[in-house]
Amino acid sequence: MIYLKLFISFLKIGAFSFGGGYAAMPLIESEVVNTNHWLSAAEFGDLITISQMTPGPIAINSATFVGIRIAGIFGAMAATFGCILPALILVTVIAWLYTKYQKLSMLQSILAVLRPAVVAMIAISGVKILMQAFGLDMLTIKSIRLHMIVIFFVCMILLIKYNKNPITVMVFAGVLNLLYNVLTD
Amino acid sequence: MNKKVLIKLFLSTLYLSAFTFGGGYVIVTLMKNKFVDECHWIEEKEMLDLVAIAQSAPGAIAVNGAIVVGYKLAGIIGVLVATVATVIPPFLIISVISVFYTLFRENRFIAYILDGMQAGVGAVIASVSIQMGFGIVKENKISFVIMAAVFVMSLYFKINIIYIILLCILIGVIKTLVQAGKKAL
Repeated sequence: MIYLKLFISFLKIGAFSFGGGYAAMPLIESEVVNTNHWLSAAEFGDLITISQMTPGPIAINSATFVGIRIAGIFGAMAATFGCILPALILVTVIAWLYTKYQKLSMLQSILAVLRPAVVAMIAISGVKILMQAFGLDMLTIKSIRLHMIVIFFVCMILLIKYNKNPITVMVFAGVLNLLYNVLTD
Repeated sequence: MNKKVLIKLFLSTLYLSAFTFGGGYVIVTLMKNKFVDECHWIEEKEMLDLVAIAQSAPGAIAVNGAIVVGYKLAGIIGVLVATVATVIPPFLIISVISVFYTLFRENRFIAYILDGMQAGVGAVIASVSIQMGFGIVKENKISFVIMAAVFVMSLYFKINIIYIILLCILIGVIKTLVQAGKKAL
């Protein structure tokens, strides 16, 4: 039965994709392209492109995309449910343990070490996005996109000085870039 | 169970998830903005603990983040509400796009807006990182050293996040044992 197959396949992806996002890609590719032949390599490439252009985790996007193409909207639901089920159980259990044993001195000192590490991880995710946005990932002067750096600083001022809503600022950045490209074309 | 909290949790998570361009840390940042700074439902330190939990379990960070925040605010029902709200936007968007994705992929205007949004997303993450980073620096010197070390280990030496988390846990355990040993003497 195709629904069950989709469910189990994405259950595996959900259970074994540590590190989130791009770390899950090879696993998704092996399940969807190599093992089950649900997508061709080219279609998988399209899926990645679409995932980069739309909100949402790549695993959920893949589950929906593959599910709908193979077995319609119910296929998409079966795959998506499979994908989130492991996290639903495991993360809830860890969250429960955390609230229960939060006061333990051992857990307290572990969390004291983890907190600054988490701040660093969040900062790194920002640095990576900005390197790509500014064209710095190629490591050549020519590839630097000055207008993106200007947009970034405008956004920083709106966020820090004027306390603007982050989502408004994100959309504003998109519109600025659209205007820039239309006007310079 | 507070119905108001559940409704707000659902609507906020739905809205934030629809704008999670650029990976799981974006929604975590937006959630911090919403539930820590705006609603004051979660403390900043606790939020970092929750992110650490979301990061250490398998699965997408966005979904795991929704699960921990949902659990913290409203228990199991909160988990279900937040998870469903997180999954709906990508599910709907991908369902629609999978039908006419070549058209979407080749639209220049969409590409410009999405490209520009990267600078905005980067600014949102940067502003939150700076603010949380200052909080860490004020706390104590050791936390600052950990933050800087993780930043370098992950960004320059590309050490897997899972190993970094395990190392942090190990340091926390050793610290507790050493302190316990001192007390015993």
